[in-house]
Amino acid sequence: MTFRQTMAVLGGSVPASVAAVVVFLLLYAWPAIRLNGFGFLVRNTWNLGSLYAEPVRHSGVLILPGAQYGILFLIVGTLLSTAIAMALAVPVGVGAAAFLAEILPPGPRLWLSFLVEMLAAIPSVVFGLWGYAVLIPFLGQYVFPVMSRLLGWIPWLGEPTGSGYGLLTAGLVLSLMIVPLIASILRDAIAAQPMEVREAAAALGATRFETIWTVILPGLRPVLIGACILAMGRALGETMAVLMVSGNALNVLPVSIYAPVSTMAAFIVSQLDSALQDPTGLAVRALAEVALALCLIAIIVNTAARALLAGSAVTARLRR
Amino acid sequence: MAPSSLDERAREAGEIQRRRLIRRRRIVSGIGWALCGTALALLCISIVWIIGLVVVRGVAALRPSLFTTVTQGTGGGLLNAIEGTAVMAVGTLLLVVPFGLSAGIYVAEFPSSRWAKVIRFLADVLVGLPSIVLGYFGYVTMVEGLGWQFSVAAASITLAIISLPYVSRATEVALAEVPQELREAAYAMGAGTGTVTLRICMRLALPAVITGVLLALSVSVGETAPLLYTAGWSNYAWDGRLTGSPIGYLTYVIWAFINEPFASAHALAYAAAFLVTTFVLLISVASRLILIRRRR
Repeated sequence: MTFRQTMAVLGGSVPASVAAVVVFLLLYAWPAIRLNGFGFLVRNTWNLGSLYAEPVRHSGVLILPGAQYGILFLIVGTLLSTAIAMALAVPVGVGAAAFLAEILPPGPRLWLSFLVEMLAAIPSVVFGLWGYAVLIPFLGQYVFPVMSRLLGWIPWLGEPTGSGYGLLTAGLVLSLMIVPLIASILRDAIAAQPMEVREAAAALGATRFETIWTVILPGLRPVLIGACILAMGRALGETMAVLMVSGNALNVLPVSIYAPVSTMAAFIVSQLDSALQDPTGLAVRALAEVALALCLIAIIVNTAARALLAGSAVTARLRR
Repeated sequence: MAPSSLDERAREAGEIQRRRLIRRRRIVSGIGWALCGTALALLCISIVWIIGLVVVRGVAALRPSLFTTVTQGTGGGLLNAIEGTAVMAVGTLLLVVPFGLSAGIYVAEFPSSRWAKVIRFLADVLVGLPSIVLGYFGYVTMVEGLGWQFSVAAASITLAIISLPYVSRATEVALAEVPQELREAAYAMGAGTGTVTLRICMRLALPAVITGVLLALSVSVGETAPLLYTAGWSNYAWDGRLTGSPIGYLTYVIWAFINEPFASAHALAYAAAFLVTTFVLLISVASRLILIRRRR
């Protein structure tokens, strides 16, 4: 075999892995997909059925009587926690990137950029630990009660504030995990803008802030959107940190921003033990259907982000 | 009143208005930068807060016996977890280096071929797949399908798939930065493609390739969710079997033991968090140093 062929075969591990993940999840989840149908996405019940009853046959699949699988509450929890994370992370990321690139002198810029990138290296479970041990008591006892008193007139922000586990806490932790991605991509993109643009804006009398806000950032809109979608993909699939701070609600939709939720990724971890109790094995297959749905969402989101970023100057950096 | 004085007044009024406008724009800019600075400050405070928590409570929980005894219930040491994490990290690297390097080499050296485009695109897809999805895939195929149970093999293969795109992309970028003239010179001397890539280009690309491998190492040490589905957990030291027996790892201790109501369990969780965080941050610093040295 020539060198080229050897590399082609070994390098084929990448396509093989992606194909295997999609195909085997699909095959494994197939009985559950057939049973649940489209209602899987819009029903709000995850019920293994009566564990001690005789299994019955339903649409060609052996199930426990009363078993029903619907993940609407997971979809809502995933979307809302990601939306909160994005709403917090985008302004903070843009602001931090602008400050890093335009205001700080080179020395502090290097160190603070490094500090921000360190945040991206910290494992998810350590974020979860911090959220669990520090953030939840802090938010639950001090911040949320004050917030609900001051902002209680806004829907979703009033009482009850609960214990600190929930949607807003999950969104906060998620936002910290994705901010470094947005900030570092945008900082590099701002720094890569030609000096002439800044000089032209200054010659027209613009302040530095006006230059960045009205000239540089609008030109970087595709980069910002691409970075945001990548960050969104990460937030959608984040598991451990969300698992540890979200309160892991089952079969209920959140009634306020403080209410417990669960996300698709966290649910896969939190439900394995109970799913294994199902003697028909259907619950584990339904979990595989959740994993498959998450997988498809991730593929769509990431492909969209790459398409938006394709050809722009940051692509090279992104691929690093 | 004389027309000239009217003109003057109008000019004066215009001047005042202009000054007001400039002042307002300055104030707006100042507020804007203050908000940006606040954003950066918030970010830095959070980082220091997280790392501070792990360091302060982790160091307080460190004892020599952590490194010499295995976990017993919710107490004891971390020897089994440290050993398991190390074993799986080695297993992951053994698998990911040959496959990841090959994928990166193929994409960089034969970029116009259709297969290279497929590999590159799917590496981008793979990097975006949530690790829990890959963990579930490992569970379905290896733990259940092949009957390996929770095991080193299932966990290492899953981790290798997760880190595959990091190594392949680092290799690709590193090789793409090698000047084309170098390849042409080597070919002109009669070297074959393999020699040119592995012995000439790789030598220049090595530092950047190593940062990719370090990233894979950091992923394999820091991941949790896919391991819950593939490695399981064990209180005992590794028995040397690749399949059929579960294995402990540090990130499990962080997740599971912080939920226990005992101070001894919390101490273990913080100690494990300290070890894992220190390790991944050191790797992050090391990669950065390698890249800085290379640029010079």
